[in-house]
Amino acid sequence: MIEGRVWKYGDHVNTDLIIPGRYLDDYDLRSLAAHVMEDLDPSFSKKVRHGDVVVAGRNFGCGSSREQAPVALKHAGVSAVVAGSFARIFYRNAINVGLPVIVCPEAASRLVDGDIVVIDVEEGVLVRPSSHIRIEFKPLPGFLLEILNDGGLVPHMKKRCLK
Amino acid sequence: MRGMTFAEKVLSRASGRQASPGDIVNARIDMAMSHENSLLVMKAFGEMGASKIWDSSKVTILFDHRIPANTVKTAEGHKAIREFVRGAGLPNFYDMGEGICHQVMPEKGLTLPGTLIVGTDSHTTTYGAFGAFATGIGATEMAAVWATGELWLRVPETLRVRMNGTLSNRVSPKDAILHIIGDIGADGADYACVEFSGESVDSMSVAGRMVLSNMSTEMGAKAGVVFPDGKTNEWLSLRTKKKWEVVSSDSSAAVKDIFEYEMSDMGPQVARPHRVDDVVPIEEVEGRPIDQAFIGSCTNGRMEDLQAAREVLRGRKISESLRLIIAPASRETYLDALENGVLADLVRSGAVIINPGCGPCLGAHQGLLAQGERCISTTNRNFKGRMGSPDAEIYLASPATVAASALRGEITDPREV
Repeated sequence: MIEGRVWKYGDHVNTDLIIPGRYLDDYDLRSLAAHVMEDLDPSFSKKVRHGDVVVAGRNFGCGSSREQAPVALKHAGVSAVVAGSFARIFYRNAINVGLPVIVCPEAASRLVDGDIVVIDVEEGVLVRPSSHIRIEFKPLPGFLLEILNDGGLVPHMKKRCLK
Repeated sequence: MRGMTFAEKVLSRASGRQASPGDIVNARIDMAMSHENSLLVMKAFGEMGASKIWDSSKVTILFDHRIPANTVKTAEGHKAIREFVRGAGLPNFYDMGEGICHQVMPEKGLTLPGTLIVGTDSHTTTYGAFGAFATGIGATEMAAVWATGELWLRVPETLRVRMNGTLSNRVSPKDAILHIIGDIGADGADYACVEFSGESVDSMSVAGRMVLSNMSTEMGAKAGVVFPDGKTNEWLSLRTKKKWEVVSSDSSAAVKDIFEYEMSDMGPQVARPHRVDDVVPIEEVEGRPIDQAFIGSCTNGRMEDLQAAREVLRGRKISESLRLIIAPASRETYLDALENGVLADLVRSGAVIINPGCGPCLGAHQGLLAQGERCISTTNRNFKGRMGSPDAEIYLASPATVAASALRGEITDPREV
């Protein structure tokens, strides 16, 4: 179960906004996390707390194939991204690095910055306890949930190799 | 009986089952490309417990994003990748100096029609210009491809884009695709396979078609294909002895949508900051002062792009108020442009030529923008902060428009110089 504060952004949050190309020669996770969302919300990396949720509009993660985008969000403490829609490579990368991604246009339009939400990724339910909002979304297909539950594609493949 | 789309045919063949839109298939990969992010792929590959690449002839690695190395960290990365390549005995490795992956792959004959290609770069869609189903993926899943040769893919719906009429003088494929992206939107083709056709596409060179497929990812497309013809066959035959089988799309196949455009009366187009789909006719932005102009990238760094720039500049000097940077897309383009005098003319006009590679497109090095500066560029993304300072502006345009703007120091219609 995920529980955290909502950080709300708009449509077309691209991968250059999530992690600018000028920081990509450095694969250090702390450095990536320190610059996450820098060109969109310069103080995000200082404000975000472990477990928080990014909520955005359409086409989240459009642009580059850089896997450092979901990696930077995850290592900054973000526990899930909820969006009206996702760009396809970001969506795949997020699952592969173990960051839950939830397609839910209703949540994207109803939630506001600062809300506290509780999300059940497997059941497909998002709740805002303070005002008794309950939104259902289509859970990920089983084989993708399995990758997420294993913590990403690396531990998932490792498990398969060991079998 | 209902026919099949190009995407259905390629993914059915690659997965060994009937593949229909929405299905998730496990597909066998024909070619897997990575650049400097091979470092991340290698790391994940090792952590997965994998040791052997499934088929070394189907993996290509090259350097293009940060060449020559821009930092010590990059240099360490290059070194580690070279050692891995040697250890794994990979035959398709291109060190710095060959150029941009999306130009070098076709030049080396690695993008054959009808094949399924994945690359750890969003502009992998470029190979669709050769009739391949080519799409961008992430680094960790590439490690799984290296280990198993397979990847899950959702079978995409298909959008058909018909481009009628021929492009007018000094209007290029870049103007055409910017116009289409402006209309369809940055997520208008999300998850779809786009099939480009029509008189404009037929009359385009292979290089021009590569611009369409390249930019299709900017409207969210999973793949963007142009079906091979005599020009494609001739282009590829000069570069490989391998045989291929062209895969077409049936006209009776079910598609999600069809878009039609009349191209003959369209003028130059420009994408305004900070969105690729914020596209306007050049008249709306003419006269805005420019600090830097860039011609290059996987979108527009080919010979016909350099020639278009020379044709506009015609021996004249660029404005003293700006700098013009040009990066040929590959060693082949660079050599040809040296030998036919195009580069000499561009240098005489005031351009600074940098080595083949991604250069300033992704804001890593070779010409970053300062706060408050404005750039006009032939590249593919004008996102905030993309080419340097987040307080700089990037306008996307054709090589002719960028050259005309360099001449005057402000955004300029190439038909007026």
